[in-house]
Amino acid sequence: MAGRKKKSNVITLSDGSTITLKRMSNLQYFKQHIWLYALLLPGLLYFILFKYVPMGGLVIAFKDYSPFLGIWGSKWVGFDQFAKFFSTPDFWRLLRNTLGISLLQLLLYFPAPIVLSLFLNEVRHSGYKRTVQTLVYVPHFVSWVIVASLTYQLFNVSDGIINQLLNITGIGSVDILSKSSTFWGLIVGQDIWRETGYGTIIFLAALAGVDQEMYEAARVDGAGRWRLMWHITLPAIRGTIIMMLILRVGGLLNTGYEQIFLMRNDLNIEMADVFDTYIYTRGIKQGQYSFSAAAGMFKSVVGMILVLGSNKVAKLFGESGIY
Amino acid sequence: MAAKSKSGKKVQRSLGDKIVDVIIYTVLGLIALSTVLPFLYVVAGSFATDKELTEKAFFIIPEVWSLNAYKYAINTANILNGLKNSVILTVMGTFLCMVFSLSFAYPLSKKHFRGRNVVLNMVIVTMLFGGGMIPSYIVYTAYGLYDTYWALVLPALISPFNMIIIKNFFQELPQELEDAAYMDGCTDLGTFVKIVLPLSKPVIASISLFYGVGFWNDYFSSMIYLKTPDKYPIQIQLRSIILLSSKVSEVAMDYYDMNGAPPDKAVKMACTVIATVPILCVYPFVQKYFTKGVMVGAVKG
Repeated sequence: MAGRKKKSNVITLSDGSTITLKRMSNLQYFKQHIWLYALLLPGLLYFILFKYVPMGGLVIAFKDYSPFLGIWGSKWVGFDQFAKFFSTPDFWRLLRNTLGISLLQLLLYFPAPIVLSLFLNEVRHSGYKRTVQTLVYVPHFVSWVIVASLTYQLFNVSDGIINQLLNITGIGSVDILSKSSTFWGLIVGQDIWRETGYGTIIFLAALAGVDQEMYEAARVDGAGRWRLMWHITLPAIRGTIIMMLILRVGGLLNTGYEQIFLMRNDLNIEMADVFDTYIYTRGIKQGQYSFSAAAGMFKSVVGMILVLGSNKVAKLFGESGIY
Repeated sequence: MAAKSKSGKKVQRSLGDKIVDVIIYTVLGLIALSTVLPFLYVVAGSFATDKELTEKAFFIIPEVWSLNAYKYAINTANILNGLKNSVILTVMGTFLCMVFSLSFAYPLSKKHFRGRNVVLNMVIVTMLFGGGMIPSYIVYTAYGLYDTYWALVLPALISPFNMIIIKNFFQELPQELEDAAYMDGCTDLGTFVKIVLPLSKPVIASISLFYGVGFWNDYFSSMIYLKTPDKYPIQIQLRSIILLSSKVSEVAMDYYDMNGAPPDKAVKMACTVIATVPILCVYPFVQKYFTKGVMVGAVKG
């Protein structure tokens, strides 16, 4: 916004129009660029009607909402819904499952695309590299319903192919689909299968910006493969890794609805119920709107604190952060 | 690694280096294989007879080719209707999303646009915090969207993430063309439609794919908002055919015995293929765009 300087009367030729614009009054500017505001308007309405109004709808978390009385007619109850939510035994079970799945994701699923990118970065045969890339991106684009369907067809006990193979080899079948103890691993496994390949795009994009001459120079100086990776490749993607980590930490409570909902069943529900599925069941299925809105609000607030907090920590360590 | 470096210099490589190369190529090959094998298995199974499916553990090419599974799937009214619904939803939804996202991103891509920072901050707030499922459900229902496709399309019109990618793409376009058009008396709208949009094919292709895939794959919103079975998209139909009838466990099997036999294995596979193929047909044409450049814009965001 250099044009805001006091000296903006001076018209520079290369940037003439911009400087002139800066000197206009807001009304003149609005009239001249009326079309820009017209283009903006539909989107602005969208954000107000479909993002901000529901945000306002969060008042029901502090009420005893009944569809008959409406949002404004329902009685205020202060923090009662929150107190009720925190005092249910469900709360601790949900927290355990949500954090358990998220931390397992952080541990196994978060590093996976980084490792795969480092591998791909070592490949000099461009045709091979492109083929591998094309194939590993594919699962990202299929729906969770399909992923769940493939999982069932591969792993179910009666005729899933994996279990048939295990039977043939004499190991015996393993029922991972209907056991509590295997649920977290199952979810993280699906995540890794579906998203690892696609996750490399952002790291490979960062790596594409690395000057190849740096590798050449280091090699001439006698640096081996590991030293190149340690001193050139990893520093090049450090910013991206930290950015993805912030997003990941911010999403610790967002395990997602679809995937868990699709893999959950009566037999593994003890380890499978997370905040998102619980909010759906209590709110939309059972109609306890205020209670589940309070649960959702707790989740959103903690999520926001986590994002802003991790962003702050990243900045303390001298990284640029995202906000 | 540098056996064929561009400068033609040959850097001596040790035996250890070559071994590491072999390991890397092999591991990558196995990873790529593990992403496609489940699909190949399902495609093969969908063309096979049930007899072969039960007798053999694994095959990629069936001995006896059969189209029965597809005939059955196509003749099940649910599947065809679901496909039709999904196509309508995806085309309509993607088109509206693109119109809203492109036109919203354009003013915001102009550094001189007054009000830019206010609006951008407003968008970023929605990325950090939201009303959540229940308030949204109540509000959208109050808008009268329940049991209509609008409940799936309208809340998704602008993804902040996609919008920012588009905005960054616009910012990277050469400014001179726009300036020239503006000098020639073109309005902002004219410049946007005649100059900017034709230059934006890569970003339009990529973001359309992202939105389109989102609509095609949507399961959860349809489940929450659609009540009339005639309106169900393919993903809901697919789930009811495959997951509800899978023999998950002995307990579940009792349930199926009471509720009739589950569809044949091959039919489930055929339905999976039918629901996957449209995405896989579009993907190769768009892949070159989103790997190049477009995502880089997201990083810079």
